[in-house]
Amino acid sequence: MIALLVRDLRLATRAGGGFGLGLAFFLIVCTLVPFGVGPEGGTLARIAPGILWVGALLACLLSLDRIFALDWEDGSLDLLATAPLPLEGAVAIKAAAHWVTTGLPLVLAAPVFGVLLHLPGAAQPWLLASLAIGTPALSMLGAFGAAITVGLRRGGLLLSLLVLPLYVPTLIFGAEAVRRGAAGGDGTTPLVFLAGITLAVLAAMPFAAAAALRVNLR
Amino acid sequence: MSIWEYANPVKFMRTSAAILPWVAGGAAVSLAVGLVWGFLTPLDYKQGSTVKIMFLHVPAAMMAINIWVMMLAASLVWLIRRHHVSALAAKAAAPVGAVMTVIALLTGAIWGQPMWGTWWEWDPRLTAFLILFLFYLGYIALWSAVDNPDSAADLTGVLCLVGSVFAFLSRYAVEFWNQGLHQGATVSVRPGDRISSAYSYPLYLCMLGFFLLFVTLLLIRTRTEIRRRRTAALLAREVQG
Repeated sequence: MIALLVRDLRLATRAGGGFGLGLAFFLIVCTLVPFGVGPEGGTLARIAPGILWVGALLACLLSLDRIFALDWEDGSLDLLATAPLPLEGAVAIKAAAHWVTTGLPLVLAAPVFGVLLHLPGAAQPWLLASLAIGTPALSMLGAFGAAITVGLRRGGLLLSLLVLPLYVPTLIFGAEAVRRGAAGGDGTTPLVFLAGITLAVLAAMPFAAAAALRVNLR
Repeated sequence: MSIWEYANPVKFMRTSAAILPWVAGGAAVSLAVGLVWGFLTPLDYKQGSTVKIMFLHVPAAMMAINIWVMMLAASLVWLIRRHHVSALAAKAAAPVGAVMTVIALLTGAIWGQPMWGTWWEWDPRLTAFLILFLFYLGYIALWSAVDNPDSAADLTGVLCLVGSVFAFLSRYAVEFWNQGLHQGATVSVRPGDRISSAYSYPLYLCMLGFFLLFVTLLLIRTRTEIRRRRTAALLAREVQG
């Protein structure tokens, strides 16, 4: 399992792996929003929690089809399916690799983007915590969507149509925690719900994703 | 005699052909009587004539949710027992459910404009319905995107299971996110906070009518799907031979 994780991370970080693309996309979103709504600090501060969460979600979406697509094309996915490692484990590892290359950089960079959007200082810990707790769920749900669409032509567009509605609860609780933090309140309650969703997704989704992969590999 | 006999397409076609006129007739009669009766109900003292939108809105919303549940049950039957008719029924039900969702959303908007003063409000129930509509769209799109019918049935089945969990989760998550304008349920067996019987009888009739209408459309669409499968099989055999 660790060998698979290291292999995926190495593939993602080498040239052509697309590492950092999500981060750059996140930066562009955070740059474009002030052009759209105007540069007043008050307005930006009010919408910053939503923009940061939606931006993180879209940046995550951008790289989802890479989770299985390359391995599907060169056949290594078939090898993984016949390997002694259960396919569920392989799926979980691949989602973890996606999180390390996309979710984790977003979490670490989010406070900087928060400053760009005038997010109040009191909300920064909440932003960091909610993204750290919520992005693993985004990667795992994304792996499920990628597993369903892996063999399809025009899979990319379909992938976003399938995955984005699944992101709704995560987005609600994540952004709510930051919003409560920005208002000077306590965001623990949404954060606990968010953690519950993430844990449930991590526990159940590898099975659904592996089932979908087996159908597509048939 | 068991329900699994209808997994046999021949048996299903024969039985559905026999009951289809009755179901369709029942739908036509109960919808005609229910809607006309609903139209003749007295005006509500507060809502005036807009209360009559309810006779379309409530049954459509009810069916939109129940059709998804029916798709979930059919997907489970397909995934567990691999009965083809079940998978085709789930496929046939999805567009009907999506249209019901649209009817509920549109009639709600038309009613909300004079009553709440807004076409759309980010109320939990409204938002949850919009999300349900997105799930319907994704489900239909996945069916049309996969070429192999068995793979399509498997993938949409898994998606339906996961989607059900998340549609349910979203329903309660949005309540956390925003408090609502929409009234609670007033069609219930509990006495008290209940709709007046002047409205409830035509409403029940409309619900029955919408349900029978759904069964009619479901049977017709499932029969079409089975025939399409047969045509494809015949064509494939001809190309081979």
